Amino acid sequence: MFKHFIWLEWKSFLRSASFGTNLAMKIIMGLVAVYFLACFAIMGTAAFFILKDMGFEPLQTVNKFMIYYFAMDLMVRYFLQKMPVMNIRPLLTLPIKKGTIVHFSLGKTALSFFNWTHALFFIPFTVVLLAKGYGYQAILWNIAMFALVYFNNFINILINNKDAVFYSVLAVFAGLGLTQYYNIFDITAYTQPFFQGMYDTNYLFLIPVILLVAAYYFSFQYFKSNLNLDEGLAKKSEVAQTENYTWLEQFGTLGTFLKNDIRLLRRNKRSKTTLIMSVMFIFYGLLFFTGSIEAYDNPAMKVFAAIFVSGGFLFTFGQFIPSWDSAYYQLLMSQNIPYKEYIKSKWWLMVIGTVISTLLASFYIYFGVHTYLIVVVAAIFNIGVNSHLVMLGGAFVKTPIDLTTSKQAFGDKQAFNVKTMLIAIPKMVLPMALYAAGYYLFSPNIGLLFVALAGVIGFMFRNYMFTKIEKIYKSEKYATIAAYKQKS
Amino acid sequence: MIQVHNLSKTYNNGVKVLNVESLEIPKGQSFGLVGNNGAGKTTFFSLLLDLIQPSTGHIINSNVQVNTSEDWKPFTAAFIDESFLIGYLTAEEYFYFIGELRNQNKADVDALLAKHEEFFNGEILKSKKYLRDLSKGNMKKVGIIAALIGNPEVVILDEPFANLDPTTVNRLKKIIKELADDANTTVLVSSHDLVHTVEVCNRIVALNKGEVVKDIQTSPETLKELEAFFAV
Repeated sequence: MFKHFIWLEWKSFLRSASFGTNLAMKIIMGLVAVYFLACFAIMGTAAFFILKDMGFEPLQTVNKFMIYYFAMDLMVRYFLQKMPVMNIRPLLTLPIKKGTIVHFSLGKTALSFFNWTHALFFIPFTVVLLAKGYGYQAILWNIAMFALVYFNNFINILINNKDAVFYSVLAVFAGLGLTQYYNIFDITAYTQPFFQGMYDTNYLFLIPVILLVAAYYFSFQYFKSNLNLDEGLAKKSEVAQTENYTWLEQFGTLGTFLKNDIRLLRRNKRSKTTLIMSVMFIFYGLLFFTGSIEAYDNPAMKVFAAIFVSGGFLFTFGQFIPSWDSAYYQLLMSQNIPYKEYIKSKWWLMVIGTVISTLLASFYIYFGVHTYLIVVVAAIFNIGVNSHLVMLGGAFVKTPIDLTTSKQAFGDKQAFNVKTMLIAIPKMVLPMALYAAGYYLFSPNIGLLFVALAGVIGFMFRNYMFTKIEKIYKSEKYATIAAYKQKS
Repeated sequence: MIQVHNLSKTYNNGVKVLNVESLEIPKGQSFGLVGNNGAGKTTFFSLLLDLIQPSTGHIINSNVQVNTSEDWKPFTAAFIDESFLIGYLTAEEYFYFIGELRNQNKADVDALLAKHEEFFNGEILKSKKYLRDLSKGNMKKVGIIAALIGNPEVVILDEPFANLDPTTVNRLKKIIKELADDANTTVLVSSHDLVHTVEVCNRIVALNKGEVVKDIQTSPETLKELEAFFAV
């Protein structure tokens, strides 16, 4: 039976969307993966020596922070690790024992990215321990750590989607972290001996192993008793609320589309991730404006940052216009849709997003008025020039977007699109060059003026660009419909 | 109303999925398209809506050539499948959205919804569900009614009877018959179900492997004739 399961998994791996990209993409993604793996492995090896150089006893120090390490791990899993539930639906009616299905699904999670990445730290670290004469107990310690990693894996399955449980655990750990930081109460004083005990004694490592077995047993029972379409395997549906946004009606067709786009952003997982990413981009500038990284501490790089600070939403949302509407593109194409209003509505959405980002970024005034002015002129440039370029690029991106899933955490080609990154480069380079030219030839303020002027000039070409984009939509219509149909 | 000239669709792999030399659908007719899977029904409708490109020939919808002009859109409405629904909207929001695109105000849409309240069977309006969470049958109901918004002159429904419960099928038949009685509305319906199609359409065309194999005005003998044709 397991042979069949493994065959299914292998097929689903080989035929997954992210594997279907072209060879060049695969090679780039492979290189990136190898790079990160190497980083982790080096970190695992180097950790021992770094700690030692700093005058700590390496193993004891690692054990001290283990409690937070596992708490962090649980948190990351809770947000990102997907439950192996949906793909077992088709198996339910086949002559397979429920127990077998559950064993397989749980076993499958063991191979997850979230488990084996830990090996990249623990194994090199343990090897160093052995080499430095820590004795066979280092292996017992390693076994215990892996048991705890897998214990977390199954705990995550048990608390999956139980927000109340999860957030109370999170609150406890946040509290512990704070009390430790302010030297009020140090939890590690109690947990460190426990983790250290895995190494110091020959039997304490059995506790995590027993915990692991128990967690597996309980998640097995839980899963097995919930293996029905209406319980464990039920699709979650939210209570819907009708929102009319009547105040947008004064804008006519433009308002109709804007209403829909606001609903699109608010009600779909995929678009919500976009919003979160845009907020993170606002803080991206801290790397540059604080002067903490020397390579970034020059005028051109500051413009680079400012473009992202004000344009995070513009880029993450704009690059997938019109793919956001891919699920119902056939409907739009058979309706009496004025393309120009459609494009304009998306453009306004990007403008609103840029303005909000710029306002939120006003805390950069702390680093001087000029710094914030860089962000403002970058916003003008974004609205005037980049908004059009982003939409122009998007018109050629024919990747259907599944709104209901917030993309797989890793290995999703849409989140990692080299092509759109390449298109993005001129959008950065031009304002950087303009600012640098003004900065070095005249004065920093003239640099600002150059960037803002470019934005204003770009804005004057707005209607020309919209017509251009409309033409692309029309000429690419059949190909776009066919491409969007592929996934569904 | 609708004229088909020399229309064919061939895919890259050389498979010809549709080949209709000439077909004329007069205004006000209720036109039924029957055929087995792969006969070309959906392909024909997709060509009629300019969702795919014809390999040869063209369709003229009320003096507008559909693959070159978009002027057929204001008076043509269709429901092909769930990809015509916007999953993250509630039913009401969806109806108003379509209404706004078809220049109908809220009151117009509300009047239409009130008229078809029975058809919804109390499961759709104010159901606190997004369309993506509705059952297949209820999705279909939403799509069909949305295609009636704005009194379009041409209504295209692909497989409207599939996935519906017996009561709803009867209610739907009533709706389609009403449309058929309206001399201004041309209705095009496709189906696997010969009985339903014969009941609501006054002309039936059977497709087989992309070719028109039967073209009959409905009469008491029609059903027998069709059943004989599709018999194994």
